[in-house]
Amino acid sequence: MTARRIKLPLFVGAGLAVALLLAFLVSPHASSQPDGLNKVAVDHGFADQQKPQALGDGPLAGYGVKGVDDNRLSTGLAGIIGVTATFALGLGFFALVRRTRRTQASPPTTAGTPT
Amino acid sequence: MHIPDGFINTGVSVGAGVVAVGALSVCVRKTAEVMEERQAPMAGLVAAFIFAVQMLNFPVASGTSGHLLGGVLAAVLVGPWAGAVCVSVVLLVQALLFADGGLSALGLNIVNMALVTAFGGYAVYVVLRRVAPKTRTGVMVASGGAACVGVVLASLAFTVEYALGGQGGASIGTVATAMIGTHVLIGIGEGFITALTIGAVLAVRPDLVWGATDLVPQLELRTPA
Repeated sequence: MTARRIKLPLFVGAGLAVALLLAFLVSPHASSQPDGLNKVAVDHGFADQQKPQALGDGPLAGYGVKGVDDNRLSTGLAGIIGVTATFALGLGFFALVRRTRRTQASPPTTAGTPT
Repeated sequence: MHIPDGFINTGVSVGAGVVAVGALSVCVRKTAEVMEERQAPMAGLVAAFIFAVQMLNFPVASGTSGHLLGGVLAAVLVGPWAGAVCVSVVLLVQALLFADGGLSALGLNIVNMALVTAFGGYAVYVVLRRVAPKTRTGVMVASGGAACVGVVLASLAFTVEYALGGQGGASIGTVATAMIGTHVLIGIGEGFITALTIGAVLAVRPDLVWGATDLVPQLELRTPA
């Protein structure tokens, strides 16, 4: 079984394309009903405990791009920015983590359990 | 399931923050030990994909929606250590850029949606893999089932946090019943999305599924990526 395999960069590129398409094209059509936790909070009287988030006035707050009036486009663009930012942060972070191992050749850690 | 600021008191929020930082630092150390070259871009992709799918709220019941949490999906694809980090990256981006999930609640959200799902849910996956057939379908069923349970575990974690420091005075019994009931339904959606995604990756690059390396013939393992 030596089936030809898709090369990794192609796989990651294709996966990223799927993520970007979902975020741009599908997310504007997602349900805008409250999610499970928010619904429970409304039904059981603790939704009003919510305090404004300190970054709630940011240019992307609430998955929209400030200044873009078309709701679908605004949500879609926010999705593209989010996918790109998450990929960049994830890739950078994991590349950094891998690098620490290569440079230190650290012995296996017997890490303490978090409490 | 992103907890906003204000639902849970400061003490419990800070406590969860300490747990999150401690657990994630262990996750990062473990990831550094076991991560292979090809897994860094894969982990980045997993985080980006989870971000995208978390935007896709699907309706579950009257006036309620749910979305993927992704902890089990990430854990099956890149292992629970890196998987918990992937979901935490998503939660960080959501809180900082999109104001989704409270800043004071970031620790709570990491505990519920990254740690409980990636470790609790993955433990369920390991058990299900023992009874499921060692086939692609078996892996899909086990990951879907574990993903569903993972969401319910996350809703239980919220309930515990609400019992410890919840604001607004709702009774724990009703919160527990409502949270679990709703999240069983959301979990079914999570299970389908997880199973289908794992199935798709298994179809093209089974060697990239951390939790199913036993399916890959030995010879293929030596092929450089």
